[in-house]
Amino acid sequence: MPEISVRAGGAAGDGIASVGEAIAHGFSRMGLHVFGLNAYQSVIRGGHVWFQARASPDRVYSQGDRVDVLYALNRETVDIHAAFLSDGGTVIFDPEKFAVADGDLPNGTRALGVPTLEIARKYTSQSILQNAAGLGATAFVAGIPLELLQKILADSFGKKKGEIVDWNLGASADGYKFAQEHSSPSERAAKPAGAPKLLLSGNQAIALGAAAAGLKFLAQYPMTPASSIMHWLAAHSRELGIVVKQAEDELAAINMAVGASYGGVRSMTATSGGGFSLMVEALGMAGMTEVPLVVVESMRSGPSTGLPTKTEQGDLNLMLGAGQGEFPRAILAPSHPLDAFRAAQKAFQLAERFQTPVLLASDLHLSENFATIDRSEIDLDVDPGPVPIAEPNGGDYKRYQYTESGVSPRSIPGQPGLQWIAGSDEHDEKGHLISDVKAGVPVWVAERTKMFNKRMSKLKGLAEAMDPPAVEGPAGADVTLIAWGSTIGAARDARTLLGARGISTQLVAVTDVYPVPGDAIGRALAGAKRTLLIEGNFSGQYGRLLRAETGIHLSEKLLKYDGEPFYPMEIVAKAVEMTSNGRK
Amino acid sequence: MAESSAALAPPIVGTPLPLIGKSDTKPTWCPGCGDFSVVAAVELAVKRLKIPSHDVVIVSGIGCSSNLPHFLSSYGFHGIHGRALPIAEGIRWANHGLTVIATGGDGDGFGIGAGHFVHTMRRNVDLTYVTMDNQIYGLTTGQASPTSMLGHKTKSTPTGVIENPIDPIALALASGATYVARAFSGDVKHMADLVAGGIQHKGFAFVDALSPCVTYNKINTFDWFRQRVYKLESAGHDPTNIVAAWQRALEWGDKIPIGLFYRTEKPTYEELEEVLTAGPLAKQPTGLKGKDALLDEFE
Repeated sequence: MPEISVRAGGAAGDGIASVGEAIAHGFSRMGLHVFGLNAYQSVIRGGHVWFQARASPDRVYSQGDRVDVLYALNRETVDIHAAFLSDGGTVIFDPEKFAVADGDLPNGTRALGVPTLEIARKYTSQSILQNAAGLGATAFVAGIPLELLQKILADSFGKKKGEIVDWNLGASADGYKFAQEHSSPSERAAKPAGAPKLLLSGNQAIALGAAAAGLKFLAQYPMTPASSIMHWLAAHSRELGIVVKQAEDELAAINMAVGASYGGVRSMTATSGGGFSLMVEALGMAGMTEVPLVVVESMRSGPSTGLPTKTEQGDLNLMLGAGQGEFPRAILAPSHPLDAFRAAQKAFQLAERFQTPVLLASDLHLSENFATIDRSEIDLDVDPGPVPIAEPNGGDYKRYQYTESGVSPRSIPGQPGLQWIAGSDEHDEKGHLISDVKAGVPVWVAERTKMFNKRMSKLKGLAEAMDPPAVEGPAGADVTLIAWGSTIGAARDARTLLGARGISTQLVAVTDVYPVPGDAIGRALAGAKRTLLIEGNFSGQYGRLLRAETGIHLSEKLLKYDGEPFYPMEIVAKAVEMTSNGRK
Repeated sequence: MAESSAALAPPIVGTPLPLIGKSDTKPTWCPGCGDFSVVAAVELAVKRLKIPSHDVVIVSGIGCSSNLPHFLSSYGFHGIHGRALPIAEGIRWANHGLTVIATGGDGDGFGIGAGHFVHTMRRNVDLTYVTMDNQIYGLTTGQASPTSMLGHKTKSTPTGVIENPIDPIALALASGATYVARAFSGDVKHMADLVAGGIQHKGFAFVDALSPCVTYNKINTFDWFRQRVYKLESAGHDPTNIVAAWQRALEWGDKIPIGLFYRTEKPTYEELEEVLTAGPLAKQPTGLKGKDALLDEFE
């Protein structure tokens, strides 16, 4: 089968996400790879929301560019999305709600009217049940078998029984059968492709990865698009033995996490740019006191409140510079839920090994959208054990002992004879302040420099622990694409499309952002004919970082800050333009 | 509390565990500062309860008084301005076998940290919070604080404070604190009794220590307080009576009550957080080994 994309749209509160997730799970249980995009606005009722599930036997890395089946719960959905319909595409709607005339749709597409309200009325006066009927019809056109759909619906109700479950099963079967009698499956309809796959959002993958890495304490304040990390961990808190604390604000959240880490458990906080801005001072405290800490920063459109439900990669500068003064940190930016699962584990390993904060940079596009993973790709069989702690050494314990790596033996409260004071002031090897009566006295001036250097020497180890970027495609390709974090997905899909147009491409996919693996990136870009930097921000923040760290200047840029994720065709268009007008 | 279960290594048999004492760092406070009494009271209280020094964590923010953890031999965390309480909560939840004492000033606790103060009390986290309340910003050389009295002329208020002061005792009562006391640096023994009572109390214990700044506050001096303070326990106050506690909390002027305003028993956050009923978090298993069924929900 070729790939298929199903989109459902309507008003917030219509239950679009449930319809979309049922379709996405239909595909993933058929063994297909899926990318699920949940597009919504900052309202609880009204507005326009839509969900897209794109499926293929091969891995798909983005939402793609077109729609094969569109389920429209309102007329607005037709107006907004009909233009994206592919040749042979189908619009499913209820003629009782609104009309769709021939001229409303692109040539080569078809409209399928389904009496979803009428079906719903058979069971209840609650019109929300129309979704189940529409879902049934959509599943039929998309190639999802009725039995599978019914199983997914039943599972979504969990242990619930009763008339609501029966109504949903009945209405979806009616919708399915109506479409079967009055229409035909899409020519792109899904075909079974093997064992079921797992479908995870980026945030679920981060939460799972953190738990696998030994997370015991999460403190968080609700903020889109980071909140679902807290939701998943809270739902599994008792089962996994992880304390989940909703704090009074982000200041409390990060300080609680630092306290818990100092107290001897692996800790994390998660937020978006606004909350992270509040956390900045405590991030520096973690760096200064050398307390391991993982902070998830899931970016959304800024500045300020910006577009709270839309994506962006605009906080890289903030993450690089967060905190007064200088202290060692690492920034990881996974591209895909599988990557996010592994990056979360790596973040904990680095934070613990180097006793310093590690930032996990996500964004709304990665955090809240869904992608498939094979069960075999997720390894839970790792035992992180308790946090490693110092051995008693007869009374001369130095928490901040000078070492070549910059990493000193760490004790935690409760260990006899190894007491120390974690100080946000500058301190000596034993943790004694040198900030007040000693400051400025020559011997302590030298000590300050020595202690500063000790901390910063961790950057060397962190740099060695950074993975080089994944390089995909031939050296000397027509165009070399450079992308980081979630933008890598659209760039990957663009490569396939460009290949079909006879344009060869190479992708340099950066997930370990800082410290910059400069040599590896330099090698990857050495033979590049034309380079294109792709970033979801105004100023090309990664490009500036790369230039500052390596001197490499990427002059061609595709930058986006409209709140939307990159679409593969946008990258294709730019690459075609670069290769067609003789520019190098 | 004295039988702490926090230790991560077994005690050395036959050797008494070291009790808290002074560290090798000498306090840097001005001679005559009220905070000397507070560090002495904390030391006395912890010693009296025989809690081993390695099972005690003293947490502070920033300010003159927040240097306190450095002067004792326990574990400590000298954090950032206003954040002592969330750090202390994190430590408690990581290992609730530990005795956690948060210390700091009035600016730290009732100004920049006021939000945390209220929320920590409503949670009834089992820790003891001792504020060294001198009604002035000392370390920044004398600006008005949230507890500076109306009319107080400071560097930042040259014509006098025009905001009503926060009443920490009333705020604590309103926020659901389960142990609310006020002490005075002019009576170390009394303060030590109140701190020890707070440590023994199951739940959030608040001790607002009136601790005069001898350099920057020329109004609320030791003498000023000595003329005004009286002990609640000598005045027939019933600390289990919330209405009486409110009445006493509102007294500030010619008569200033010190002692225990209120005490009640409520479940602590640590008792209500189910995960912690399995023991200190730091001693619980980690990771997801053998939990593959967790992935089923994603299918």
